[in-house]
Amino acid sequence: MREADLVVVGGGPAGLCAAISAASSGANVLVIERNKKLGGQLVKQTHMFFGSEKQYASTRGIDITDILLNELKKYNNQVEIMTDTTVVGMFEDGVITALHKEDKYFKIKPKATVIATGAFEKSLAFPNNDLPGIYGAGAVQTLMNVYGVKPGDKVLMVGAGNIGLIVSYQLMQAGVEVVAILDAASKIGGYLVHASKIRRMGVPILTSHTVKEAIGKDCVEKVIVCKVDDKFKQIEGSEIEFDVDVMCVSVGLTPLNELLAMRGCEMKYIPQLSGSVPVRDENYETTVENVFAAGDATGVEEASAAMVEGYLAGICASAKIGYKPDNFEERKQDYVKQLSDLRSGPVGQHILSGIEQIVVK
Amino acid sequence: MFEKTGIPSKEMVMEKFPTIDRINQGPVVVVECYKEIPCNPCQTACKFDAIYIGEDINSIPKVKNENCSGCAICLSKCPGLAIMVIDGSKSDETVQIRIPYELLPLPKEGDVVKGLSREGEHITNVKILKVLNPKSFDRTPVITFEVDRNYMYDIRNIKMEVQS
Repeated sequence: MREADLVVVGGGPAGLCAAISAASSGANVLVIERNKKLGGQLVKQTHMFFGSEKQYASTRGIDITDILLNELKKYNNQVEIMTDTTVVGMFEDGVITALHKEDKYFKIKPKATVIATGAFEKSLAFPNNDLPGIYGAGAVQTLMNVYGVKPGDKVLMVGAGNIGLIVSYQLMQAGVEVVAILDAASKIGGYLVHASKIRRMGVPILTSHTVKEAIGKDCVEKVIVCKVDDKFKQIEGSEIEFDVDVMCVSVGLTPLNELLAMRGCEMKYIPQLSGSVPVRDENYETTVENVFAAGDATGVEEASAAMVEGYLAGICASAKIGYKPDNFEERKQDYVKQLSDLRSGPVGQHILSGIEQIVVK
Repeated sequence: MFEKTGIPSKEMVMEKFPTIDRINQGPVVVVECYKEIPCNPCQTACKFDAIYIGEDINSIPKVKNENCSGCAICLSKCPGLAIMVIDGSKSDETVQIRIPYELLPLPKEGDVVKGLSREGEHITNVKILKVLNPKSFDRTPVITFEVDRNYMYDIRNIKMEVQS
């Protein structure tokens, strides 16, 4: 059985920030990441971030990974990183089991844990949605921006949230034609600056439209879309056909919450946070003592908020197990203020109305 | 309609433009940020206190035209690529416009390329005057082009199809 002060599950924006924050407080930290590389979704985010200076605004996601890893390096002798390692179980006695490189299981019993597992993409039901050429937006972004592989020549994007708009723009940057972006909602969900940016490149955005079916023999060749009414019912006779070799589905994310549920944390389904999330206190500690959570696993938001949540959960977790820095209150208040700044606008109001339902005093 | 299409109305655009007198005096920014989002790098980037957001980073940026030098530093810093610079001081027939442009191939000085509207429609041709891509712009080059004054309120993008 291994031991550690703090185990951070997930090496994305929230997990890396939790590790930095805990290590800088004096705790020994083990970061467990299932991918071969750290950074989570940051590694494919070639666009500049929103937010303010403290959340690396105006810096590209791909460069934020390096900033965070350099910061983490300062605590080399306190931080251990295990990539290619998947946490497969968290048990009542506090023991975590993990699988390293698909062939070696090990157990570890930390004093505290920060779960920063992120989120996964939702899917969309329509006839033939399993045809090759139909991707989640994350897969397309990974192919292009991590591996340099063009996913196809003509793409239909489904979903006008930030991810759909951003990936459409990045497809155009890669020289791929985006024939249209559609969304069943009557309004564009993502930031309108992103929408305007892709619209002035000539890409139409069709709100109140959905996918009726995909057609193709060995892979997608054509997609039929149609209008929907205000109850999302398909309107007969409104069909439009698009000849495409790729369809990209970007209909939102949902928190990756299995470990939290398995550990026995009280979970609640909160639509505003895009799924089932842990009930927590203002320090991001769940209903199971010394189990903290941060980032999209606690509710889907922008990566800027995930990073601040990570910093906050990391410092609170380390304080809880005896590593409380002198400037704890000051730092904590700074993170709390940053989160409240990020969430004070119209988009944030929606998130806050969800958070209110899961935070216990 | 803007929230359905991503195309701001003519009135929305005109509200963001400075007066024609100010445009004719020299370069000035047009910040096309219409909706509150948590973001303030434009304010942070400006050395002249010409863009103000304030304590609440969700506020829509306000431009003090008299402070703006038209330096265009904010163009490559805005994550939404929502800022351009317009300069009407050089000619009575044309204006010079600077936009951030993140596509390859980059145009070359002297190229005549397609000028696109906010709907992405080809409305006129424009002449490329300058292409700036220093390291400090962090892979968001800034293109200066010259366009007929008749299109100054409608043009917002270029397409790299060189016109003869």
